[in-house]
Amino acid sequence: MKNSAAFWFLAPALGLIAVFFLLPIAAALLLSLTDFDIYAIGDPSTLRWIGLDNYRQVFEHPLFWTALGNTFYFVLFGGPLSVGLSLGAAMLLNARLTCCRTLFRTIYFLPVVSTLVAVAVVWRALYNPEAGLLNQGLSLFGIHPIDWLGDPDWAMPAIILMAAWKNFGFNMIIFIAGLQAIPERLYEAARLDGAGSWAQFRYVTLPQLAPTFLFVALMTMIGYLQLFAEPYVMTQGGPANATLSLVMLMYQEGFRWWNMGFAAALAFVLFVIILAGTMLQLRLQRKGGG
Amino acid sequence: MRSRLRLVIVFMFASLLLPGCTPQTASENSITLDFWAMGSEGERVQGLLPAFEREHPGITVRVQQIPWSSAHEKLLTAHVGGTLPDVFQLGNTWLPEFVALRALAPLDNVLSAEAQADIFPGVLAANRMNGHLYGLPWYVDTRLLFYRADLLQQAGVARAPQTWSEWTDALHRLKAHTGHAPLSLPFSEWQTLVALSLQQRAELLRDDGRYGAFSQPAFREAFAFYLGLFEQGLAEVGGELRVGNLYQAFADGRIAMLVSGPWNLGEFERRMPPGLRDAWGTAPLPVPDGAAYQGRSIAGGASLAVNVKSPHPQAARALLQFLSAPEQQLNFYRATGDLPVRKSAWQLGNLQQSARIDAFWQQLQQVQGVPPVPEWERLASLVMRHAERVARGLESQEQALAAIDKETDAMLEKRRWLMERSAP
Repeated sequence: MKNSAAFWFLAPALGLIAVFFLLPIAAALLLSLTDFDIYAIGDPSTLRWIGLDNYRQVFEHPLFWTALGNTFYFVLFGGPLSVGLSLGAAMLLNARLTCCRTLFRTIYFLPVVSTLVAVAVVWRALYNPEAGLLNQGLSLFGIHPIDWLGDPDWAMPAIILMAAWKNFGFNMIIFIAGLQAIPERLYEAARLDGAGSWAQFRYVTLPQLAPTFLFVALMTMIGYLQLFAEPYVMTQGGPANATLSLVMLMYQEGFRWWNMGFAAALAFVLFVIILAGTMLQLRLQRKGGG
Repeated sequence: MRSRLRLVIVFMFASLLLPGCTPQTASENSITLDFWAMGSEGERVQGLLPAFEREHPGITVRVQQIPWSSAHEKLLTAHVGGTLPDVFQLGNTWLPEFVALRALAPLDNVLSAEAQADIFPGVLAANRMNGHLYGLPWYVDTRLLFYRADLLQQAGVARAPQTWSEWTDALHRLKAHTGHAPLSLPFSEWQTLVALSLQQRAELLRDDGRYGAFSQPAFREAFAFYLGLFEQGLAEVGGELRVGNLYQAFADGRIAMLVSGPWNLGEFERRMPPGLRDAWGTAPLPVPDGAAYQGRSIAGGASLAVNVKSPHPQAARALLQFLSAPEQQLNFYRATGDLPVRKSAWQLGNLQQSARIDAFWQQLQQVQGVPPVPEWERLASLVMRHAERVARGLESQEQALAAIDKETDAMLEKRRWLMERSAP
């Protein structure tokens, strides 16, 4: 009796999860075993079960490895940059000497809540090779103008820079919360033991922040592996596919060309990559922490 | 207490939403036609519709404007979701895809035989598949040369180039004169490369669209010429990004030539500073040396299509008939600058009086569509991806052509399977 009451209370939530989450996942898994495409939309009898062939095709796709490389590039450089910026900003805002903390906190958080498309327009202007502020600033130091979004070597760094700027505010807030939870007496004790500010950071702040750090690093990695909106609005994956990410490839195959079977297979490959990355991080952190 | 209040609010919102979910049923003798059109066409066609609604008192047309950049995805998604409008604008090269989807109603009897003969044949042919007309051509598009006549003159070139070697020569002189790579050649526009290859009589696909034919000599020549323009510094890789505003660059002389379509007639007229009003011209595309001028270009443009599931097929046909009548074609040209598909509309408006428009008339006599396969857009983006890689020095032309054919063959696997299946 007691259990059935609990069940009915849970039922709405479970129902929603089943209909909007589990069912689509199961459908996508089935889809990834077929060659569902525009022909199959027009005439379902042309749908073929091709087993794991889509997965083979993913690894043979001329752009898969490019997209994978670009995505890892983005995660490996953009992730640490973004987390580092967040931590730095959080430390500064948490320092007692800083004035107008609320104001700065708001300013740093502003990019997170602004619309990406609007931000992209502004950054495109900043990155303009001839009139852009960035190149004009660089020219003061005698650096030749860089074609930020038009040069395949510079497009990804440009995207990373913008993404880090856009996203660091969110992690910064989490770090501030983490920093405020560290008891002041630990710092007092460290100072009594003669610890300088670097030693305090290394032996008090970092270990105390470990759980926050794990959370931030994991969420950033998961989010960054799903890079899509930034290149979609800034470069459309170009130039020469230098900013094509896995999710962009999935979008192109799925919604531009309606290769739904292939796109679904790609989605599961990305899922496995994210899962592996998450487990690796958890293990590393456990080892580091323990 | 508070949770009950919340419940009330939720119900209020739900009741607000409900009428939005139910299909809108108008009174019985009035019909609302949904019509999707892209870009500026979507905006300007609305000026033509009051006349239609006066002629057909029972019909109201609701126009939805869709940006070109996302139109293809939007139409496909709408088809899958069952929300395709009654009538919609369709790029010519998308037609085979929507025929494969079985989304289009055949339009064979919408226009009389004479009216159909009044349409440019290359354009009409691009709308015919499996013996049926699936799109009614609305306006035509082909690609030809836009150039700064004054700069060309100053550089010592007397007339617009007519052959590929004259073209290269003119570009070299322009470059020496202005100091900039004179030609704008963005990789996002596959039409230019394909138009050049059509001049070489390239097949593009062989065996009725079963395999790629990009390694064959005809395409190879065009590919080499196209990429040579970058190699010789006559066009800049990714130049369109650096230039920013094309019209500004054309006015400054940083860009002195481009391959583009009719929509730019109006844009250039509007945007060139007063001193440069007469300083630019258009000319049919230069042809390979030794070939007859004018050569071919690509048959593009947009058609009007009718959703096969539309509950108002008669009203939809009436709208199509209205929009393709010569007078309305002329009105539409005046509103948008899009060139009419009906030859009688050209006569009606004396369009050939303008030399710039006459160049289009000349070019339109010899236009050809791309292979009518649903995979075309994908194939075109594949070709341009490799063209860009070659221009950036990431692979050789030989490697690119081999890769294009190989990837094309893989892409057409399902098409081959379907053709074998339906063959006895």
